[in-house]
Amino acid sequence: MVKRFLALLLLAGLGGIFASLLAGYIPDAELNLTARYYADHAAGDLGAANIVTAIIVTYRGLDTLGEVTVLFLAASIVGLVLTHRQKHDPRPGQPARTRAPVGELLTTGTRFLVPLILLLGVYVFMNGHLTPGGGFQGGAIIASGILLLLLADPLKHFSHGLISAVESLAGLFYILLGLVGLVLAGGFLDNRILPAGELGALISAGAIPLIYSLIGLKVGAEFSSMLASLSETEEL
Amino acid sequence: MNILMTAMTGLLCLAMLGSAWVAVTGKGSGQRVSIAILASGLVSLFASVLFLILAAPDVAMTEAAIGSGLTTFLFFFVLSRVRAGRQDGS
Repeated sequence: MVKRFLALLLLAGLGGIFASLLAGYIPDAELNLTARYYADHAAGDLGAANIVTAIIVTYRGLDTLGEVTVLFLAASIVGLVLTHRQKHDPRPGQPARTRAPVGELLTTGTRFLVPLILLLGVYVFMNGHLTPGGGFQGGAIIASGILLLLLADPLKHFSHGLISAVESLAGLFYILLGLVGLVLAGGFLDNRILPAGELGALISAGAIPLIYSLIGLKVGAEFSSMLASLSETEEL
Repeated sequence: MNILMTAMTGLLCLAMLGSAWVAVTGKGSGQRVSIAILASGLVSLFASVLFLILAAPDVAMTEAAIGSGLTTFLFFFVLSRVRAGRQDGS
């Protein structure tokens, strides 16, 4: 009873705080100082048509590195916990659990859709500097393609060596590109190590397409490794 | 156009609140966990449409792919593992 009362009290307090925030909310008539700077300078300085990408990859590149690191940690911990479990919980002598067949629709649909999904993912991270989307979105789309493969054939084994090779190489080159920016351009993860090119062209915006493709591969590999380890432990 | 947009936004907010209610309380789903998981995925889907209306397509894509796609799958995966564990244990 007391617990319930305290929870309700907490909820009411939070509601009060948020209500007062909402009551005092006035939409900005114009962009604030930082946003104005980004909106004015992103296209001219960095050559990126998509301002959001310019901010994520270059102006706030260090934050993105942090996010990718957090995701990497999460993927490693999932891998660690699940392989640990695999070692401690073996059931020798038992036949592999048989599964109900997944159905013709899913199998055929997967064969048709997976190449398209992978293509869409690559498109999204290659065009991150031009259209909405980028490395994280593209990586998640690629992982959903892998997920479809796993759903169609739950006993499928993905090469963990390949996934971790893609993941580590992409991360390594990401950091190296950042360090090259330190030497050749204005600072860590500066995209102006390559010519900015024409605004709106596919090969433009300096190193942004390269960096975002690496992030896309890394994120896709991380999500895929999580999905693959989850699916493999289910067979215990 | 503007009135239609506002009405749709309000409707989406209501739908989000409704699916969140189903996801949290399990009412209207007959207390089935799978319905609650689907409802929580639906919250993300409505949220991503709202992000699109609020002119944030980048965030909308992330929300749709991760919030309503991968997270829903993850919940179902864990649910199936929990059920398998229960069958083995009893």
